[in-house]
Amino acid sequence: MSDSKKRFIKGNEAIAVATIDAGCRYYFSYPITPQSDIPEYLSLHLPEVGGTFLQAESEIAAINMVLGASAAGARAMTSSSGPGISLKQEGISYMASDELPALIVNISRTGPGLGGIAASQGDYFQATKGGGHGDYRTIVLAPYSVQEMYDLTIKGFDLADKYRMPVMILADSVLGQMKEPVAMGGRKKSTAIRKDWAITGCEGRRPHVIKSLYLEGDKSIEHNWKLAKKYKKIQKNEVMYEIKGCKDADLILIAFGSAARIAKTSIEMAREKGIKAGMLRPITLFPFPNQQIKDLSKDIRNILVVEQNTGQMVEDVLISVSENARVTFYGKPTGNVLEAEEILGQIEKLKNKKRV
Amino acid sequence: MYYDVTIAGFGGQGVMMIGNMLAEAAMNEGKKVTYWPSYSAEMRGGTANCTVVISTKDIGSPIVGFPQSAIIMNLPSLKKYQSKIKKDGLLIVNTSLIDQKEIKRDDIDVVKAPLISLAREAGNDRLSNMVALGIFLAKTQIVSLESLFETFTEVLDERYHHLIPINKKVIQMGIDFVKE
Repeated sequence: MSDSKKRFIKGNEAIAVATIDAGCRYYFSYPITPQSDIPEYLSLHLPEVGGTFLQAESEIAAINMVLGASAAGARAMTSSSGPGISLKQEGISYMASDELPALIVNISRTGPGLGGIAASQGDYFQATKGGGHGDYRTIVLAPYSVQEMYDLTIKGFDLADKYRMPVMILADSVLGQMKEPVAMGGRKKSTAIRKDWAITGCEGRRPHVIKSLYLEGDKSIEHNWKLAKKYKKIQKNEVMYEIKGCKDADLILIAFGSAARIAKTSIEMAREKGIKAGMLRPITLFPFPNQQIKDLSKDIRNILVVEQNTGQMVEDVLISVSENARVTFYGKPTGNVLEAEEILGQIEKLKNKKRV
Repeated sequence: MYYDVTIAGFGGQGVMMIGNMLAEAAMNEGKKVTYWPSYSAEMRGGTANCTVVISTKDIGSPIVGFPQSAIIMNLPSLKKYQSKIKKDGLLIVNTSLIDQKEIKRDDIDVVKAPLISLAREAGNDRLSNMVALGIFLAKTQIVSLESLFETFTEVLDERYHHLIPINKKVIQMGIDFVKE
């Protein structure tokens, strides 16, 4: 950590600060609650460092501006929430195929449809299973603190450049609106990768081509396998997760993002009551920590999945766990944020079941 | 050490402001801290609230269903939070706006303070939040007065810095109110 003094800021603001610290100078978006603190901050501070802040006429225009800036070799990003992210999916699919890096932030809200502005994890499927059309993935990072909102934004830009693909940050209003002290560790010069594929004017060299249309012969098949190979490599190399208190645990709680943050208190409460509970928190939702969950579930068979939705990540847990594991789901779709006490109630229920 | 407080009132009473000050002061003292505000519809009128958690250990949930203490500036907030305060907890009630008969709890420490009258006595009746902050500080000593004073320049825009002395005076008045 280079800066000694921490700043006390909102999660959304941490993303905005990190965007500038990561060397990104191009931000295009259309406003929507609960992420508007990001464009608010960047509209003020991005021009100060010579960057471009542009409020586009629509989400679709914004994502295509990101595509254009990225094709020209720049670090570019956009942010939105649920309905706005849906509108951006066409552009994200094109960028996946074009192999263009970008950071897309979803401070998700409730849905489907216009939904509401409360915290929700209902966009898990959309974020992790492609989202737009075609056979592609995006790397999905799920912060659970304001510090991680900062750190994973910087990491997101790096991963996007490394693999030449869109990376998504999936958070919600709990993380966007809460304030915590943040160490600005990423302010060191960004290690931007040389983009020798970018469209920068081809005087003196062969033209670079960025496209997603493959009509001739087996080109489309080849292209899809090329992308698939990249995603396999990511699954092998980039899984991030946190395991806490699982060594002696009888029960593992699996949750991500804001649900994990709240459940952390539930785990502490359970421990105080003598219940040996631990937690596995996926930090990357794609790639998902399948193997880590499989390994843990060999010894600890009682698994509780908690989500701020009606059950999405639980499907990835179910295909990960070892045969004998018993997976229980507890979710709350919308409106009311999960409370630590109610998750504790679920832990106690499971504990009691086991004794019978 | 772990302590949490929910601060609630009408938008404009400065509940977010004193929540921010407490949190910043705790951070400057090297403590872990989270601040969770109500947002959206509340910002356009009606009630506003925030929750501050201060701890020496990593903090889990920033959202607290049953707080150890509450600073309550208006009646709707009393109705919402009174029953949720933990047993043996602390409740500071603004009796300038809330009828004492509305206070039902006898298993917690209740400080009934006419926050607006007290602030008026000190010279500015808009500073009822600072009286509450002084009372809270005197009761909990969760951060030092010096740390709290230091946050003024961080949370207040420069154009309001000339108001810092009166704010400090009003906080001191809240502290004295508890001592008396």
